[in-house]
Amino acid sequence: MATVVPPVLELQSVSVRYGRNQALRDVNVTFPKGAVGLLGPNGAGKSTMIKAVLGLLPPERGQMRVLGLDVRQAPLQIRRRIGYMPESDSHIPGMNAVSFVAFCAELAGLPRADAMQRAHEVLYYVGLGEARYRNVEQYSTGMKQRIKLAQALVHDPELLFLDEPTNGMDPKGRDEMLELVRDIAHNKQMNLILSSHLLPDVEYACDHVVVLDKGTIATQGPIEALKGPGGRVFELRVKGDADGFVAALHAAGLECHATDEDVMRVFVPDERGAPFLFQLAAKQRVQVRHLRASVPTLEDVFAKAVGEQ
Amino acid sequence: MPIHDQGYRHYAGLRAPHGRAWMVIAWMHLTTIVKYRPFLFLLLASCAPFVVYAVRIYAGTISPQGTGSFFSVTPELFLNFLTGQSIFVFLITIAQAGLIADDRRANALQLYLSKPLTRIEYITGKLVPPMIWLLGVTWLPAMILLVLQVAFSGSFSFLRDNLFLLPAITLASLMRTLLAAFVILALSSLSKSRRFVSVMYAGIIFFTAGMHQTLRAITGSRAWAAISPGDMLDVITIWVFRGRAVPPVPVPVALAVVLGLVLLSMFILERRVRAVEVVA
Repeated sequence: MATVVPPVLELQSVSVRYGRNQALRDVNVTFPKGAVGLLGPNGAGKSTMIKAVLGLLPPERGQMRVLGLDVRQAPLQIRRRIGYMPESDSHIPGMNAVSFVAFCAELAGLPRADAMQRAHEVLYYVGLGEARYRNVEQYSTGMKQRIKLAQALVHDPELLFLDEPTNGMDPKGRDEMLELVRDIAHNKQMNLILSSHLLPDVEYACDHVVVLDKGTIATQGPIEALKGPGGRVFELRVKGDADGFVAALHAAGLECHATDEDVMRVFVPDERGAPFLFQLAAKQRVQVRHLRASVPTLEDVFAKAVGEQ
Repeated sequence: MPIHDQGYRHYAGLRAPHGRAWMVIAWMHLTTIVKYRPFLFLLLASCAPFVVYAVRIYAGTISPQGTGSFFSVTPELFLNFLTGQSIFVFLITIAQAGLIADDRRANALQLYLSKPLTRIEYITGKLVPPMIWLLGVTWLPAMILLVLQVAFSGSFSFLRDNLFLLPAITLASLMRTLLAAFVILALSSLSKSRRFVSVMYAGIIFFTAGMHQTLRAITGSRAWAAISPGDMLDVITIWVFRGRAVPPVPVPVALAVVLGLVLLSMFILERRVRAVEVVA
């Protein structure tokens, strides 16, 4: 008999209000073990969800369980077992990196000597080993992102919340950060929830995804399953009455959404394939200038989920 | 594992039980501020009155003077010492202006409160350092002066005759310390700038004292002292030291003003120390 793996995070009918703004609306979702991406446009409620789970923002109603513990009843036990990398720039002022990370470890309950040793190790791991005696306030944006990751990791949490970890990083730094995130999740057996509005980040580092839109769950599941088998998505550029063609696609039961200015991605859920698109174009008297079979991406899943037509 | 190894390993060591994070925060602040030379100089300067009073006690003990002499050792000497330390209480309090303001500026509150500690632990951790420094320039030297009096005279007779000095020094020091620490912490939670906090604190102390003097000069009533926290502390201090001066307001009023300010500070801290600032 297969054993049921309990989720690391579970939300039941959770609603959160930020002043007058309803940030989360009756959210029901479970996050399985492993690396889960929390995807959504800006303002979708991703950070709010994380803050509510951490107990920093009380929900209007609903129940949240982290690692099997109720957020209302055991917030301190939960926070001991999780790590949080906030989105905004944050540090303890007046400290160098190693003191800052060791201080965070001590706050999480590690003895001073262990905290200091872990701080050195983790700073090397995130790539700040050579800069660990510099004041954090002098760090570049990329270094600040790394040190936020270090302070979240230093007490060896079971679950890591990363809120937009690649924000403000240059391409090289971003790649390195994503590599770290992927390594943590896949080689260090740490569960993580990666909140991002950047689809490639989530696609690279995570196995599962939860798509959040306007405070509600748009879709969720393993990324590969959501993307579906390849060959059913076509990149298409037409000349002529594009709006009429899109209307005809919809009438035929196909979904499409624009990517660039004049390129659309068309989902063909059955065996009809490219010939059907040519027939439809001919019927609508538009010229097909470009047609290419494409691999479904997380972008397609996202666009489909949040309804970007 | 050597620290140059760039791998990551899981931690299998001990973890302290909940409820000790405030000590970590307090210790961090205590050790950080002593690295600043101006603060050390301030602490050193605050010892100067202690030395002067120790010499007075020594001189008054080895050659007893009549009552009213500069060198006579009386309970008023301890009262004068404590009220004289007010300037150092003020300056050391100002030096603590960044306790929460710096955290707010650096968005550190969300880091603190995402760790296994409560808001009360955070506030306690921030409250302890100013209290230790302030008790260190009021209660501690006053008590040492008392011990020196016993040591110089070789007798407990002064202490036995004035046993009320022990609770009086403790109570007067605690009132000054608590009020200053809570007010500076509350003000610190209102701003992201320690300079602004310092100005606000100085404003409260000097503006209220100035208002008191002005209104007293206009109306002739001493009761306006109630708007000045510093004057209220003096009323309480004189009362606990059994001073003969007639207080400008009844002692319960002074106690109510001080207690009210502490409660107001607690209310502000409860509202402001949050990881997420919700603007309605």
